[in-house]
Amino acid sequence: MADHKTEHLPGAGASLHHYVRGLILSVILTGAAFALVMMHVLPRNATIVVILALAAIQIFVHLVDFLHIDSSLEQRWNVYAALFALLVVGILVGGSIWIMFNAHERMNPGMPGMTMTPEAF
Amino acid sequence: MTLLDLPEAHSLHAKQHPAAHEDDAELTEKTVFGFWLYLMSDVVLFATLFAVFAVVGRSYAGGPTGQELFDLPYVLIETAVLLASSVAFGFVTLAAQDNRKQATLLWMALTFAIGAIFIVMEVYEFHHLIGEGAGPDRSAFLSAYFTLVGTHGLHVFTGLFWMIISGIQLARDGLTATVQRRLGLLGLFWHFLDVIWIVVFTEVYLIGVL
Repeated sequence: MADHKTEHLPGAGASLHHYVRGLILSVILTGAAFALVMMHVLPRNATIVVILALAAIQIFVHLVDFLHIDSSLEQRWNVYAALFALLVVGILVGGSIWIMFNAHERMNPGMPGMTMTPEAF
Repeated sequence: MTLLDLPEAHSLHAKQHPAAHEDDAELTEKTVFGFWLYLMSDVVLFATLFAVFAVVGRSYAGGPTGQELFDLPYVLIETAVLLASSVAFGFVTLAAQDNRKQATLLWMALTFAIGAIFIVMEVYEFHHLIGEGAGPDRSAFLSAYFTLVGTHGLHVFTGLFWMIISGIQLARDGLTATVQRRLGLLGLFWHFLDVIWIVVFTEVYLIGVL
């Protein structure tokens, strides 16, 4: 039981079943992702979509069962900070990929995405 | 302390205790939130490295590709080792909550040992790649790879160092409020690194060989 020294700590109220459940789910999710790639079950693009989804689910499992993030009032600011970080991550990663792949397509003659001729500039 | 057995001492203790308790609780709450903000800034650091890898991860410059270099069974073992270490720290948290000092120390030693195996495996992997002529200077892909995976490894190494310090404090002071608080933060850090690793093995290794 958590006493006064631990009640405000992350993991206060954590019990064995969190860690066991987190471990079992992680083994299944990680195993499925590696198996899909190593055994070439699905076509390439479908594999990418599925393993990204598996990773997202596993992140959620870790946050709940290992980092003990929940929707309690006490953790509201932690969750707000995490959501803001997620927004920054989205802009950073999504924006980088968007801009760089556009630049790449436009700067490589002969690429399928190349629609403008140099004279157009 | 025979003095504490006197009735007056008891009432005195009871009067002082709630205030001390509130101070501790408030400090813990603030400290945990501050550390959480640090972790979120670390998320942004890793996001930049993930973005770099997403952009140049297939710029091989005529050098080796991920498909040629990465050994998935080896990465799967690394992943399992890091997961085991993360779960082992869960038992540190549980033992600390139960005020079992010896058990806390033992589980932390186990967490440290498993974490050290991960670092050794990673150093071996880097050494092997560099020996094959696939060092960080070979291509944009390998620069991004070594920076991203190396930054994660550096964090794990820092976590191991932190465990040594916490182990010494725990052995010396016992499970005081301060030690409990620091163990809580270390736990957040350690589990956080396993979350980052999920993205590493998915983006770098699994998608990298496709």
